[in-house]
Amino acid sequence: MAVVRLRAPLSELAGGRREVELEGATVAEVLRALERAHPDITGWIIDERGKIREHVNVFVNRESGQEDTTVAPGDRLHVIPAISGG
Amino acid sequence: MTQLLVGTKKGLFVLGGDNGSFQVESRSFAGEPVEFAARDARTGRYFACVTSAFYGPKVFVADDPGGEWQQAEGIALPESEEKALVRMWCVVPGEEDGLLYAGGDPGVLFESRDGGLTWELNKPFWEQPTRPEWGPGAGGMCLHSIATWPGDPSRLALAISAVGVWLSDDGGETWRHGNQGLVPRYLQEEAREDTFDLCVHNLHRHPAKPERLFMQFHGGVYRSDDAGESWIDIGTGLPSDFGFPLVIDPDDADSAFVIPLVADLDRVTPDGRVRVYETRDAGASWTPRGDGLPAEDAYLTILRQAFGRSGSGETMELYFGATSGDVFGSRDAGGTWFTAAANLPPVHSVRVA
Repeated sequence: MAVVRLRAPLSELAGGRREVELEGATVAEVLRALERAHPDITGWIIDERGKIREHVNVFVNRESGQEDTTVAPGDRLHVIPAISGG
Repeated sequence: MTQLLVGTKKGLFVLGGDNGSFQVESRSFAGEPVEFAARDARTGRYFACVTSAFYGPKVFVADDPGGEWQQAEGIALPESEEKALVRMWCVVPGEEDGLLYAGGDPGVLFESRDGGLTWELNKPFWEQPTRPEWGPGAGGMCLHSIATWPGDPSRLALAISAVGVWLSDDGGETWRHGNQGLVPRYLQEEAREDTFDLCVHNLHRHPAKPERLFMQFHGGVYRSDDAGESWIDIGTGLPSDFGFPLVIDPDDADSAFVIPLVADLDRVTPDGRVRVYETRDAGASWTPRGDGLPAEDAYLTILRQAFGRSGSGETMELYFGATSGDVFGSRDAGGTWFTAAANLPPVHSVRVA
């Protein structure tokens, strides 16, 4: 299982949990598993195209990840809003 | 007591006040762009269209705008590789109990039949055959205006920037254009005929005379007397026929209020003066209403959802906000104005709760 680290407001949508253990062989699979476990988070990280939203970063063990980045058991995924805005 | 819902670039501000003095009662969605907020008078429920820069567009509902907001379900496009929802622009009560409509970008209409808690995409409109040819305006492909027909849920008019007017006579099962007479001066002359590349900025139906609609266009103010099938240019007499929002007086089917800006390439109030223009003869003539509004060195931009009203007739209340963060109000149908708020973030929308 991989560990997904969440910050507010995503952690609030996951019932206040800042870490969630999930199955999945890729970033996309893990994030879909997150949506199944916590449906309120659906649409917040991944859009209707199955893409990680433009201004959300997903890091896998400190490396920037994409939807198809491989995830191994024990990997840590951090979901972090991008440094952007105005 | 008047309650104003002011959607801004940095959250929703609820202002409360009497006799021209307003205070901030609450702020919600701190830091997030709120495109639009309104209250459904039938249920007392509040709606907010929020576009997180990070987490995408959502619609939230609340019974108390200063309390907890709940995310509405179903505000999303069908999963595909092509399109994602960009922004939500409006929420409008329908003509049946529990029925509401919501418009968004890319030119999409949602319907709710449970008072706004859950929503479904209007599939016939989503599946319009010409959709691949549709193009956005500068603010995106926003479906910003939804005009219901009082007492008749079958008849609807929509307006999209920049895909013109759409009409339905069967509650949204089928749709057709309603663009006859609109002149898109921003296109070369030979490209104007039969185009649906039409940048409508705002559209309102008159509740007492539903076949009459008024429109602020991207260069042009128009009136329709045949339920949106065709349009008559009524912009003569205005300092500019460019602008965004429009308001009507429910007591007077010949009334409309607009806030002209210089032009599409200079979207500020003309001559450094802020003035609302009023017609009481269906657009034959226009009268400036600026008593109490900034009269010099004032170059404001007022966006399409940032003009709201309550009541009607001589005591109609009017409120509009600018991207400067100022909100102005009138309690005598535009006769005199006061500053309701200053120093807010850029104002996207103003509605009276």
